[in-house]
Amino acid sequence: MRPLSYARATDVDGAIAAVARRDDGAFLAGGTTEVDLVRQNVLRPGLLVDINDLPLNLVEDLPGGGLRIGALARMSDVARVPGVVARFPVISQALLLGASAQLRNMASMGGNLCQRVRCSYFRDAASPCNKRDPGSGCAALGGFNRGHAILGTSDKCIATHPSDVAVALVALDAVVHTRGPGGEMAIGIDDFFLLPGDTPEREHPMEHAELITAIEVPGAPVARRSVYLKFRDRESYEFALVSVAAAVRIQDGTVAEVRLALGGVATKPWRARRAETALLGRPASAASFALAARQELAAAMPRPMNAFKVELTQRAMVRALSTLTDGEA
Amino acid sequence: MNTEIISPPVERGPETGTVALIVNGQARELRIEPRVSLLDALREHLGLPGSKKGCDQGTCGACTVWVDGRRVLACLTLAVTCEDREVTTIEGLSAGGELHPMQAAFITHDAFQCGYCTPGQIMSAVALLDEGVTDDRQIAEWMSGNICRCAAYPNIRAAIRDVRDAAGGE
Repeated sequence: MRPLSYARATDVDGAIAAVARRDDGAFLAGGTTEVDLVRQNVLRPGLLVDINDLPLNLVEDLPGGGLRIGALARMSDVARVPGVVARFPVISQALLLGASAQLRNMASMGGNLCQRVRCSYFRDAASPCNKRDPGSGCAALGGFNRGHAILGTSDKCIATHPSDVAVALVALDAVVHTRGPGGEMAIGIDDFFLLPGDTPEREHPMEHAELITAIEVPGAPVARRSVYLKFRDRESYEFALVSVAAAVRIQDGTVAEVRLALGGVATKPWRARRAETALLGRPASAASFALAARQELAAAMPRPMNAFKVELTQRAMVRALSTLTDGEA
Repeated sequence: MNTEIISPPVERGPETGTVALIVNGQARELRIEPRVSLLDALREHLGLPGSKKGCDQGTCGACTVWVDGRRVLACLTLAVTCEDREVTTIEGLSAGGELHPMQAAFITHDAFQCGYCTPGQIMSAVALLDEGVTDDRQIAEWMSGNICRCAAYPNIRAAIRDVRDAAGGE
């Protein structure tokens, strides 16, 4: 690992100021992605500002049934908060299906949203990669891309976003709160994650030294009946090939309200709005679910190695919706 | 924000400096750079080679230790971030020369072949019971962050079940 300096922040503004005054400054939270990527020379900070002592680790109930999740709350802690388990099971499940127990104890919620892609060409610090070295090309386009994205891709980048919990948060219209040299911002989570387009190096709208302080999840009674379904190559401790965050309310046999988002198949946590629109007012049946899933995947741009994801994603969507509506169709 | 009253924290490094740690209940001082991982600090600077370096990238779990009582990966933790926190390694698990019940159960159940992953397995196994994980299927899931190349998994789980049952669990 390259030499670096270190500072432990005791207040939010001090942390921001410390990172802001150096171009090569970066925040250090759980470190589960960052320390790894620094060691591999993918990230090259000259200063790490340790924010783990900042008072940003609470999970609080909001009026109206929502949640305010402090950016430094750990994945393992958030997963077992009673209000999360009861009102937002999809969040708890997504957290517990990610990483390992040790990593969940370390990794913060804010860091989870900022985690970098698992594309091996990004991480090898050698191959052409427009994310790591803008303009150098994308080795994944003609390389081993079985795990790569089929939605939201560009000819500059096809890496999938690796987070599980972000998929649940996108389905629930969470809001990302940030603070930086320019003040405070509240960013709808679907706008927080950027498509690669021509600038895959830009993954979120935050500026240098801007820090996530909290994630707010608005109250959503529909989420009481929600599920996170994840398919992967191994039974545990593996990133998703396909995942689905789903919540649904059935009234008189038809879909009255639905939230759907996909992981493992897109360049950002993917809100399946086409499928949602297709489902509203339709019978809660496997046929409706399959039709909606097909409409969502109509825009897929598969490659020979990951073409299987088109079918797998549709089946996963049908499975998730069927699981939630079993007995009501 | 008002920049006049903000005082950024003091920068340390990149040169070697003094880092004060509490490891297995003992205050220890070492001279290291900020980039040194907790794992390297333990093994190379503090004479505690029980925590193992398998992958050094947060994948295998061989370096599992506890920081403030929570199991974490020492390879992805910078040692300097552990100042003012309590670090516990496999060397600190037993007291007074007596094996911890989990260590004894691993021997009873032959829960290893080469033994390289064993310290991490045991640090995870003890933590897992503290976390309230009890049923057999949960044990497998919650131990998935500790890889055993020799595939001693059935015996590792048997050892954990024994300790769980002896403690009055399910």
